[in-house]
Amino acid sequence: MNKDIIIEVQELMVKFDDNIILQNINFQVFKGEILVILGGSGCGKTVLLKHLIGLLRPYSGTIMLGGTTLSDMQENLYRKFLSKIGVTFQGGALLGSMTLEENVSLPIIEYSGLPDISARIIARSKLHMVNLEGYENYYPSEVSGGMKKRASIARALALNPDILFLDEPSAGLDPVTSAEIDKLILNLNKSLGTTIVIVSHELASIFDIAKRVIFLDKHSKTITAEGDPHYLKDNCEDFRVRNFLNRKII
Amino acid sequence: MIKVRKNSKNNHVETGADYSLQLMSDLTLVITFSGKIDLYTASYLQARLISDLKSHDAEDVIINLNNIDMIDDYGLSILYDIEAFCDRRGKSFEILHLDATNQRKLDFFKSEINTLKHADKKDTKSNFFLVLGDTTLIFLREFKKSILFIGDIILSFLSLCMKPKTLRFKDTINYVQKTGVDAIFIVGLISFLLGLIMAFMSAIQLKQFGANIYVASLVGLSMARELGPIMTSIIVAGRSGSAFAAEIGTMKISEEVDALKIMGFDITLFLVMPRLVATVIALPILTLFSNFFANLGGLIVGTGMLGLTSHSYMHQLGATVALNDFLYGIVKSIIFALLIASVGCYRGLSVHGGTEEVGKATTSSVVSSIFLIILADSMMAVISTYW
Repeated sequence: MNKDIIIEVQELMVKFDDNIILQNINFQVFKGEILVILGGSGCGKTVLLKHLIGLLRPYSGTIMLGGTTLSDMQENLYRKFLSKIGVTFQGGALLGSMTLEENVSLPIIEYSGLPDISARIIARSKLHMVNLEGYENYYPSEVSGGMKKRASIARALALNPDILFLDEPSAGLDPVTSAEIDKLILNLNKSLGTTIVIVSHELASIFDIAKRVIFLDKHSKTITAEGDPHYLKDNCEDFRVRNFLNRKII
Repeated sequence: MIKVRKNSKNNHVETGADYSLQLMSDLTLVITFSGKIDLYTASYLQARLISDLKSHDAEDVIINLNNIDMIDDYGLSILYDIEAFCDRRGKSFEILHLDATNQRKLDFFKSEINTLKHADKKDTKSNFFLVLGDTTLIFLREFKKSILFIGDIILSFLSLCMKPKTLRFKDTINYVQKTGVDAIFIVGLISFLLGLIMAFMSAIQLKQFGANIYVASLVGLSMARELGPIMTSIIVAGRSGSAFAAEIGTMKISEEVDALKIMGFDITLFLVMPRLVATVIALPILTLFSNFFANLGGLIVGTGMLGLTSHSYMHQLGATVALNDFLYGIVKSIIFALLIASVGCYRGLSVHGGTEEVGKATTSSVVSSIFLIILADSMMAVISTYW
C-alpha cells in the first residue's frame, strides 16, 4: 500500500452543547486505500465523516489535508478541495426537482466550464458506470432506494474525485444490490486509484471491501481498534469489537 | 512542418496540459496534446482549440495523443467536440494513440449525443390535442378526488356527531391556538389599519357634503358584511391553510400517513377533522376581532379628523349595523373556514414524490383558498340580494 497520508486527524474532539460525541480521535487516511469507519448505531460515524469533509467544525483538534488544517482553509482552497472529493449521504440527498441526469450534471457544469451538452454526456457516462442507463430522465421519487444510492454515487463520481466519502452506501439495500455497490467501490479503487472512506456497519460489505477499519466505540467515544477487519474479528483485544464483527450480543 | 504554436496559461502550465498545431502540406493539421487533459484543463483547451481550428483551412485533422500523461472523460469531450466540428465542416478526422478503454468511452459519448439529439427533437414535437387530452384527464382525476374527499369529510362529520369523543380534542385545541390565538395580533393590526384607511379616504369625500357621520356606517357595515370575513380569511389561508398543506404533505412523503393507515386510523378523522373543527371555531372569533379593531380605526379618524364625538360615532354605528349583518359575516366566515381547512388538508394529502411537491402543495393551497373564498363570497352576495 502506498503510505502517502492524505488526511490526518489529530486529537479530534466533537462536542454538541455539553454532550461529548467523540474524543481523542487520531488516525490517518492513506492515498489509494479503502478505509471503513465502523461502529454501532449512534457512535458518531456520520458526525466524524461530516468533520472530514468540512461540514462540521471540530470542537478541538485538527484535521489536516495535504498539510493544511481544514478548519483554517481559505474559501478558494476549500472550494478546490471540494472539487477533488465526492460525497454520498445516507439518504442519497439527490435534489428532488431534478432528474438523475441533471443531478449528476450539476457539479460538472459548476466546476468544468464545459458546454452543457458535454456536461450531460459526462453525466450520462457516470450513470452508465453505476448501471443506471435508461433512467437518466427519471426523478429521484420515481426510482428505488438502491437506484437513488447508485445515482448519488454517480453524482459523487462526477468530478473524478481523488477521495470518495460514502455514508452507509449499502444500508437498506437487498444483498444483490449491496454486492453490486461493493463491486463498484472495489473497481473504482482498483481502476482509478480513488481513495475511499466509507461509514458503515454492514458487516458483509465491510469484510468484502475494507482493507483497514477504524472502530468507534459508543461508550468511550473514541477509536478502540484499527486494522484489517478479518484479523480484528478473531484477534482484537477489545471484546466489543470482536462481538461486533462476529455479530454477538454483548 | 510549417507552423508550430503553443498554448499554455495559468494552472494549465501547472498541470502540463498543452497542445501544439502542425500544419503539414497545407492539407493536414496535426494537433498534438501533452500533459494531463482533465476536469481542470478541458474547458480552457476546448475554447482555444475550436477558435484555432476555425482559423485553419486544412482538410484533414489528426489528433495525436502520444505525449499525454492522462486523459479523462472531460478530455475526451474535447475530442468529441473537435470531431463534431470537423464533421460540420466536411473535414476528415483521425485520432492516434487512443487506448481501447478511452476509445470505448468516446464511442459511448457519440452514441449518447445521438440519443440526446433524438430525444430533444421528440420533446419539441408537442401535440396540441395530446396536451388538451392530458389536461382534461388531470382535471377529471382531480375533480373525482376532490369529490371523494368532500364525501369523506361529510362522513367523518356525521361520525363525529354520533361519537364526539372520536375527535382528537388535544390536537383540536392546539390548532385553535395556532389558527386563532396566534393570529389575533396580525388580524387586529391589519384590520385596525384597514378601518383607519377606509375612514380616512371616505372622510375626504363625505366632509364636502357635511355627511361626516356616515363614516361610521361605511366602516361598520362594510367590515361586518364583507371586508371583515374576507380579510380575516385571507390571513388565515396564508398562515394556517398553507401550514396544514405543508404539515400533511411532509407527513405524506415521510410515510407517516401510510403508517397511520396501517395502524387502522381513519386519516380524515385523524388529520383533517381536528384542523377543520379548529378553523371553524377560530375564524368566526377572529372575524369579530377584525370588526372590532377596524371600527376602532374608524372611530379614531372620526373623532380626530372629522370632529365627531365618540358617542355620536357609536350611535350611528349601532343605528346602521344590525345584528343580522354581524351574523351574516359570521356565517360567511364559517363557510370560508371550511374552505380553507379542507383545501389545505386536501393539498397536503395530494402530495406524492419529493420535497418539491410539498412546496407546490403549500402554494397551491393558498391560491386555491383565496380563489374559493372570493368565489363563495360572490355567490353569497348574489344569494343574499335575491333572498
